[in-house]
Amino acid sequence: MIEFDAVRKQYPDGTVAVERFDLVVPSHRVVALVGSSGSGKTTLLRMVNRMVEPSSGSVRIDDVDVRSMDPVRLRRSIGYVLQAGGLLPHRTVADNVATVPLLEGRSRRQARADALGLLERVGLDPAIADRYPAQLSGGQQQRVGVARALAADPNILLMDEPFGAVDPIVRDQLQTELRALQADIGKTIVFVTHDIDEAFALADEVVVLRAGAEIAQRGTPAEILAAPADDFVASFVGAGTARRSLRIREIDGRALVVDGDGRPTGVLER
Amino acid sequence: MNWLSQNLHIVGQLLADHLALSIPPILLSLAISVPLGRLAAGSGRLRAPLLTATGLLYAIPSLALFVILPPILGLPLRSGATMVAALTVYGCALLVRGAADAFDSVPEDVRLAAAATGHSRWALFWRVELPLAGPVLLSALRVVVVSTVSLVTVGAVIGISSLGTLFTDGFQRGIDASIVTGIVLTVAVAFLLDALCVLAARALMPWQRVRA
Amino acid sequence: MNLFLEAIQWILDPASWTGEHQLGARVLEHLAFSAAVLLAAALLGIPAGIAIGHSGRGRGLVIALTSGARALPTLGLLTILGLGLGIGLEAPFLALLVLALPPVLAGAYAGVESVDRATVGAARAIGFTEWQVLACVELPLAAPVIIGGLRSAALQVISTATLAAYIADTGLGRPLFRALKTQEYGVMLGASILVALLALVVELCFHAIQSAAARRAEPHRTTPRRAHARARERTHR
Ligand SMILES: Nc1ncnc2c1ncn2[C@@H]1O[C@H](COP(=O)(O)OP(=O)(O)OP(=O)(O)O)[C@@H](O)[C@H]1O
Ligand SMILES: [Mg+2]
Repeated sequence: MIEFDAVRKQYPDGTVAVERFDLVVPSHRVVALVGSSGSGKTTLLRMVNRMVEPSSGSVRIDDVDVRSMDPVRLRRSIGYVLQAGGLLPHRTVADNVATVPLLEGRSRRQARADALGLLERVGLDPAIADRYPAQLSGGQQQRVGVARALAADPNILLMDEPFGAVDPIVRDQLQTELRALQADIGKTIVFVTHDIDEAFALADEVVVLRAGAEIAQRGTPAEILAAPADDFVASFVGAGTARRSLRIREIDGRALVVDGDGRPTGVLER
Repeated sequence: MNWLSQNLHIVGQLLADHLALSIPPILLSLAISVPLGRLAAGSGRLRAPLLTATGLLYAIPSLALFVILPPILGLPLRSGATMVAALTVYGCALLVRGAADAFDSVPEDVRLAAAATGHSRWALFWRVELPLAGPVLLSALRVVVVSTVSLVTVGAVIGISSLGTLFTDGFQRGIDASIVTGIVLTVAVAFLLDALCVLAARALMPWQRVRA
Repeated sequence: MNLFLEAIQWILDPASWTGEHQLGARVLEHLAFSAAVLLAAALLGIPAGIAIGHSGRGRGLVIALTSGARALPTLGLLTILGLGLGIGLEAPFLALLVLALPPVLAGAYAGVESVDRATVGAARAIGFTEWQVLACVELPLAAPVIIGGLRSAALQVISTATLAAYIADTGLGRPLFRALKTQEYGVMLGASILVALLALVVELCFHAIQSAAARRAEPHRTTPRRAHARARERTHR
């Protein structure tokens, strides 16, 4: 369980990235922070592993204030996935995945064996283990990033726009895989995105943020879609647009789902 | 100051000698290096040997080059021509690489777009590649200008007169003022020529805000 | 070409190595002196450059130092220090150190500066300590540029060490200047060729070291063009 308790962040240059933020992320749940650029999402995420220290308030993991933990130990115990992977360019894929176990003093053989297993787990051919990051596609790099985050078997995963740098088709694929993976491993995941569809696709709970990390609305994807709290949330989720206003049209005895412009998007199974 | 006022005439003469020895090699190496750099940038096969060769030339100590070049070129040891030739070699050693990098910095899509709009190879070079390579070329040229002006002084030890003569004379006769005057003037000439380059570049590349 | 024959005969003549010129000793002097200067420059310049690159403070100073040092005439520095400190190795040592420091400093600074901040941030985020960030990420990635700085300093030093004989009578410059006085052009040429060879050998050694470092920093190297195209591809995504 991660708790944000009245956290505020003002950067040294005076920017207030987070005004005052409270949130509880229950264990084994996936929570998405969505909001436009500069709304403070990354800042919030980085407070969890102490890459950013709150100006006031506190962040607790399982009731322990993160400030009382050694930052390096804390970071090694939390998986962190960044946009475009953030892999070390001078280490092979296997070494990248095994980074934290190796730092923790695991034997090379063991770490490598584990890394190969993890690669398979995130849908990669272990044959690429000895390549370097620059030799992989964007989607593959991203998968390696996920594998690296899982390597120390952390309870918590933080993901900052994990699929922001890959094309829409690969993104879809990665989202599907992550959902399957989560069904299996049940981590506590906080992820940041400005793609509301990604949030709906992956999260149990979605938190929509305004500037200064002010919570505009939080709830399950269904709750937010069904009843946007205000105009800001409504426009953010695209409520009322053709894409979100689906209707049913009967054709040849089958119920076709069409959007506001009448373009078919699927078939209703009854 | 006293020393300087008594020797103003000599110093003036040495300054003139110095300029006469530094400006020709700068211009010559620019004229030689731009085409070579373009060749190196355009061709994967020429690039490595050209850059390796110029890099090795640059490794040769200046004093050694001043002695080795004259018999190769059939020049007398103590002549301005020796100096100009040697400094041109150094200038090229730096500038060929600089020019190759400069032409590499021209974005491929701009090159393609220009070719697609019907520029001939020749027009492409003069109107597109050279201007766009300008900023990187300029920074390499500025290095050449400053180091050439400084290297000219080395010739003084084999008897080629320049501001460097103030160092050898000053050292042999124990006159600090002579050496200090030489250092100050050499640095001043370097900065002056450097500033001229920047001004010229500003006039030639009005779209670039060239920073001094 | 006659002169070259004379020069090569002089180099190959055992008498040159044992007699008045003691070429073996001169080569060793030249190398040892240059190595000492380079070592001092590295000990001072690399930590300072890394600190500047790591913290981003003092950047202007490095740039001013390197462009200023380039304009400073070597011979002027040598002779003024020679007058001040007298005959001996102190003056050339100091002069060479002044010349070697800026490239070493600039290389160390630029190397660390050139390491992608996102990579460093990622390393920190997954639990590298500050020392591990420096030792396992920044230094290996910066090594080619740091060694590049040492390489230009080494060239500078070998070259100037020749000139140093003008005030200190040491190294391979010594036979060169002696022959200049006695008008023995063949000997001058021979000494010059030796110096040039020495410089080339040092250059090639550094080239090999730098390539090895580059292979470690960028294990999967592409030609510059392809790397450039790839970078562009990335920004377009
Ligand atoms: N190190 C910093 N120093 C000063 N200001 C910062 C710093 N990091 C972030 N900010 C500012 O804080 C605000 C929130 O930044 P943050 O990176 O948390 O936003 P974000 O929601 O992640 O945005 P994006 O979607 O663009 O990644 C922005 O105005 C940003 O400019
Ligand atoms: Mg962000």
